[in-house]
Amino acid sequence: MSGLLAAMLEATGPTLFHYVLVPLIKIAIVLFAGVLPLIMYLVLAERKVLGFMQARVGPNRVGLWGLLQPIADVMKLLVKEDVVPRRAVRWAFVLGPCLVVAPAFVIFSVIPFGPPAATEGGISWFVTDINVALLMVLALATLPVYGIILGGWGSNSKFSLLGGLRSAAQMISYEVPQGFALVGPLLLAGTMSLVGIVEAQRDLGMWFIVPQFVAFFVFLVAGVAESNRNPFDLPEAESELVAGFHTEYTGIRFALFFLGEYANMIVVSSVAVTLFLGGWLRPFPSVEALSFLDLSFLPAGLGGVVWFSLKLFVFLFVYIWFRGTFPRYRFDQLMALGWKWMIPLALVNLFLTGLVKVWV
Amino acid sequence: MSHPNEVRPYRYSLSEKLYLPLFQGMWITLRHFVKNLVRRKPEYTIEYPEERRQYSHRFRGHHILTTRPDGSLRCVACFLCATNCPAECIHIEAGEHPDVNIEKYPVVYDIDMLRCVFCGYCVDACPEDAIIMSNNYDMAFFNRAQSIVSKEDLQKPYTVDPSVLGYRPSYPEEDAMRARLREGVVDLVEEARRRHEASPEPPKAAAG
Repeated sequence: MSGLLAAMLEATGPTLFHYVLVPLIKIAIVLFAGVLPLIMYLVLAERKVLGFMQARVGPNRVGLWGLLQPIADVMKLLVKEDVVPRRAVRWAFVLGPCLVVAPAFVIFSVIPFGPPAATEGGISWFVTDINVALLMVLALATLPVYGIILGGWGSNSKFSLLGGLRSAAQMISYEVPQGFALVGPLLLAGTMSLVGIVEAQRDLGMWFIVPQFVAFFVFLVAGVAESNRNPFDLPEAESELVAGFHTEYTGIRFALFFLGEYANMIVVSSVAVTLFLGGWLRPFPSVEALSFLDLSFLPAGLGGVVWFSLKLFVFLFVYIWFRGTFPRYRFDQLMALGWKWMIPLALVNLFLTGLVKVWV
Repeated sequence: MSHPNEVRPYRYSLSEKLYLPLFQGMWITLRHFVKNLVRRKPEYTIEYPEERRQYSHRFRGHHILTTRPDGSLRCVACFLCATNCPAECIHIEAGEHPDVNIEKYPVVYDIDMLRCVFCGYCVDACPEDAIIMSNNYDMAFFNRAQSIVSKEDLQKPYTVDPSVLGYRPSYPEEDAMRARLREGVVDLVEEARRRHEASPEPPKAAAG
C-alpha cells in the first residue's frame, strides 16, 4: 500500500499528489466504501431493529438474516419506472432530490474520521481540514430543505406542497437552536476546524458532552428534526400526507430522497460525535491507565477510526430507537418545542458558557 | 357549578411537564429489542411457507369431490349446489350415466375459485355427500384461467395435510371422540356405585 503511494508520489510530483490525487482517492473511499454501504445497511438495520422492538422479525428472506436485502432493494429501485407527473414543474422536480443528496455528501469532506497524520507529508484520516469547517457544515446542512421545498412544489400535488411547507417551517425553527448549540463547543475549543475541536477535547481531558450537556441535548433534538426523522417526520407524515414531499416520486428519484435522509442522519451523527463525543478519541482521553484503549496495535490512526465508528453506530441506533418509540409530534407542538424550549435553553447555555469562558 | 358537558383541560403532572415519560417509553422499546434480539425463535411470527397454523376441522377451504369405492365421482349432477351457490361459481354439465340407478354424472364440474366465497352452502346442499371442503387455504394462480378448477383437480385437493379435512356434513373423528367421552361418563357412574356398595355410609348431606 505505502509502496504504491510512494510510486504515485514519484510519478505525479508532490503538488499534484497531495492536493489532487490523494483527496480524490479519499473522496472515492469515503463515498463508495464508507457512506453508501453504510446507508444501505443502515436501512436494513433500521428495519431489523424496528422489527425487534415491535415483536416482529424484520427482513429475513433475502440471504442469511436478510443480509442481501439492501442489494435487492437497490436493484428494485434502479429498474423501477421513473415517472414525472404531467403537470409537474419538470426542472424543480428533477432538481429536488439532487439538492437533498449532494450537500449531505459534501459535508463528509470535513468530518475527521480519524486523527491527522503523525508525520509531515503522511496521510491523515479525513479528506480535508479547513479552518471554517463548522461554518461549512452549518451552511450545507441548511441546503437540503431547498431540495425538499422544490420537490414538494414541483410535484404539483397538495400532499407534496404541504410536506414541503412543513419542512421549511420546521427547518427554520430548528436551524436556530442547532446553531446556538454548536456555539458552545466552539467557544470552548476556540476554533472552527473540526480537527481542532477534537484536539481541544483531548487537551481539556474530557469530551465536550460533559461541560456542554445542554448543548448536546439541544443539538440532538434539533438534529433529529433537521433530518426529518421520527418523532419530527412531519414533512412526510404518512398518516396525514401520504408521503409528504416525495409522494409523487418513483424509482431512482425516490431513492435519492431516501439516500438523502439517511445521509443526513449520518452527517448529524458524525457532527455530534465530533463536537460532543470526542471524535476519534477514546473514552477518558486524559487517563493514562486506559491508554490500552487507544488500540495502538492497529496501523497508524485506525484505532481512532474504530472509536469514531463505534460512537457513530451508537448515535444511529439512538435514531432508530427514537423511531421505534415516539409517536409523531403535532405541528404546533413541534413549533412550541422549538421556539419555547429549545431556543431559550440554547441561549441560556450559550450565556453561561460565555460567562465561564470570560471569568475562568 | 360547572356545566356537565364542560371539558376541562388535561392537567399535566410534573413528570409529564419535564417529558420524563419519554424515557419510560424508550426503556420499554429497548427491553423489547434486547428480548427479541436474543430470542432464538420469533415470539409470535409463524414463518408461513415452512410453518403453518392448525385450523379447525370446520375450516372452509378448497373443495373436494368425493368418490365411490370404485373410484368414480359420487356426484349425480343434480345441480343443487350450483343452484344454492350465492356466488354462482359452480358450473356443471350433466351426462347420462350407464347405471340406470345413478342416472346422471357430471361431464364438466368447474369451480371458479376467484368467485367462490367459501360459504360451504354447496356442502350443505349436496344430497350425496359428494362435495366436501378441505382445510387448504393457499390457492395462488398466475392467471384467471388457472383459477377455474376442473373436476379432475377437485378430486385431488392437494391439501398440505390430506388427512385434515375441512367443512363436511359429518365428522367421524369427532363422533368417535364424543363416544369415548360418553364411555368415560358411564364409567364414573359405575365407579360411584361400586364405591357406595363397598361402604354404604351415605355421603354427608349439605347442611340445609
